[in-house]
Amino acid sequence: MQIWVIQTLNSLSLGGLLFMLASGFALIFGLMRIANLTHGALFMVGAYLAATVSRAGYGLLLAALAATLLVALFGGVVERLILRRLSGNAQGQVLATLGLSFVAADSCLMVWGGDPIPIEAPRIFQMPLRMFGLAFPTYRLFVLAVAIVVAIGLYVLIERTRLGATIRAGVDDMQMARAVGIPASRLFTTVFCLGAGLAGLGGALGGPILNAYPGLDADMLPLALIVVILGGVGSLVGTFISSFIIGFIYTFGIALVPDLAYVILFLPMVVVIAFKPEGLFSRSAT
Amino acid sequence: MQRFSIGLLLITLAGLPLVAGEYFVNLGSQILIAAIFAASLNLLVGFAGLTSLGHASYLGLSAYFCAWLSSKMGLGHAVTAPAALLLTTVVGMVFGWIALRATGLGFLMLTLALSQIVWGLAYRWVSVTNGDNGISGLSRPSPFGIDLGVSNHFYWFALIATTLCVLLMARLIHSPYGASLRGTRDQHRRMSALGFNVWGIRWVAFVVASFFAAVAGLLYVYFHKYIHPSVMSVTVSAEALLSVIAGGAGTIMGPLLGALLVVVLKNYVSAFIERWNMLLGIVFLVIVIFMPAGIKPGIDALLGRLRRGQS
Repeated sequence: MQIWVIQTLNSLSLGGLLFMLASGFALIFGLMRIANLTHGALFMVGAYLAATVSRAGYGLLLAALAATLLVALFGGVVERLILRRLSGNAQGQVLATLGLSFVAADSCLMVWGGDPIPIEAPRIFQMPLRMFGLAFPTYRLFVLAVAIVVAIGLYVLIERTRLGATIRAGVDDMQMARAVGIPASRLFTTVFCLGAGLAGLGGALGGPILNAYPGLDADMLPLALIVVILGGVGSLVGTFISSFIIGFIYTFGIALVPDLAYVILFLPMVVVIAFKPEGLFSRSAT
Repeated sequence: MQRFSIGLLLITLAGLPLVAGEYFVNLGSQILIAAIFAASLNLLVGFAGLTSLGHASYLGLSAYFCAWLSSKMGLGHAVTAPAALLLTTVVGMVFGWIALRATGLGFLMLTLALSQIVWGLAYRWVSVTNGDNGISGLSRPSPFGIDLGVSNHFYWFALIATTLCVLLMARLIHSPYGASLRGTRDQHRRMSALGFNVWGIRWVAFVVASFFAAVAGLLYVYFHKYIHPSVMSVTVSAEALLSVIAGGAGTIMGPLLGALLVVVLKNYVSAFIERWNMLLGIVFLVIVIFMPAGIKPGIDALLGRLRRGQS
């Protein structure tokens, strides 16, 4: 029983982390048509920054805040300095983000070395929660809670605010949005910062669960890609649900058939692509 | 005239082992393998207009199939080589069917996701792949009694294989099928309206590309006599993509030159510093931003700009 509880919570927390990572990716992709392959590296940078700040004695929560802001800032700089020069050249933009992901990953290796850096969860979350004779790891519940708060925040932002309305307009028809006077340039930078910041936040909060290690980017990016492929672009709800689907499949796959966890991941993707290639919850389909 | 210069080039290349030392001969073999690999990716990127970020899967799968069949099943080279090519091509058929459900960025993301799954599998499925230890203790074949364990012999073998592969691919590109493939790249709606099966044409290109990548994979595993999961990493796919784009996508010779540049750069840089990934990323950025049409047109444009600046 206990093992199932733990695995379920692991799945839920991984799903939450994947949501933070994939929602940023989907937001950028939906609005700007950029498949940001640096996203995995941004997640990793978030984890490393959180490791450094929390080891300096500021606690994980402050570290997560710092990581979010720094990674968001980095995303904004990348958008302004590199991606903007390539606007209209979708392939060039993807390749630029790919090149950038190598540079970022190798820089992390240079700065933080090759050994995994463990990150401590905040002290209040270190004791497991005991209920019904079972122990629930508190930190995973906390990550899940943050993911839900982020999801609600994003939902409100996109559906209820003026900024969100401009984002929705841009996703649906960029040319029209420009024509009615939406400042596309500022919007792009804002959304890129937001998406990058979400990846940084995910990395920082994922630190105590996953550790910060070289290769974290390559481990997380495909999961995020599969989430986006599964959930469909431009659908926050789709990203949310498919994050948890992948979280469950991956965690239980690793626990039950460690050798083949990756193949199991492959199956839902194939099924969805075969029957509904635009994704489970794609907006353009409705 | 063109035939003559190609013949001259081949004779020069074949003469390399007579003048150069073993280090350069082995470097030459690696360049030839990379050249086949880049040329196979060029079929997709250059001629089909489909940017794949997962091409290393096919090189790696072919190498792993070969290594697994010979080390764990104890089969001889006469069986493992065709079996590896066949199995890899079958995987290419399935992956192509999946990835081509989308085009453009969707295709790119799917190929990347698929290749990362295969890469993860190679690391985790320890009972088959030996995981991070890789499969070692492999041998090179001896076709017609010629021992390919000798560097020079292997180089000539690789040169013949490369020549054959490139000729076959060039033949394919200049065939009616090749024309229709370029048609789907440039005007897929019109091709579709003309009654061409655009999806089928692209799928065939994908399968052919995975076959030639499998040939490169076989040569790769023969050369190194060892295989490690890192051969399927994004870095390897990106190196091939860089070769194609730097050399000039959609030309026959471009990717071959690109492969030469990338392998030489990698070997020289690795001799001095360990920052190959960093350099690869930076070169990628520079090429994409400043020389999107490849190095030669890029340098021409830069020189032109300089000259105009002077006058």
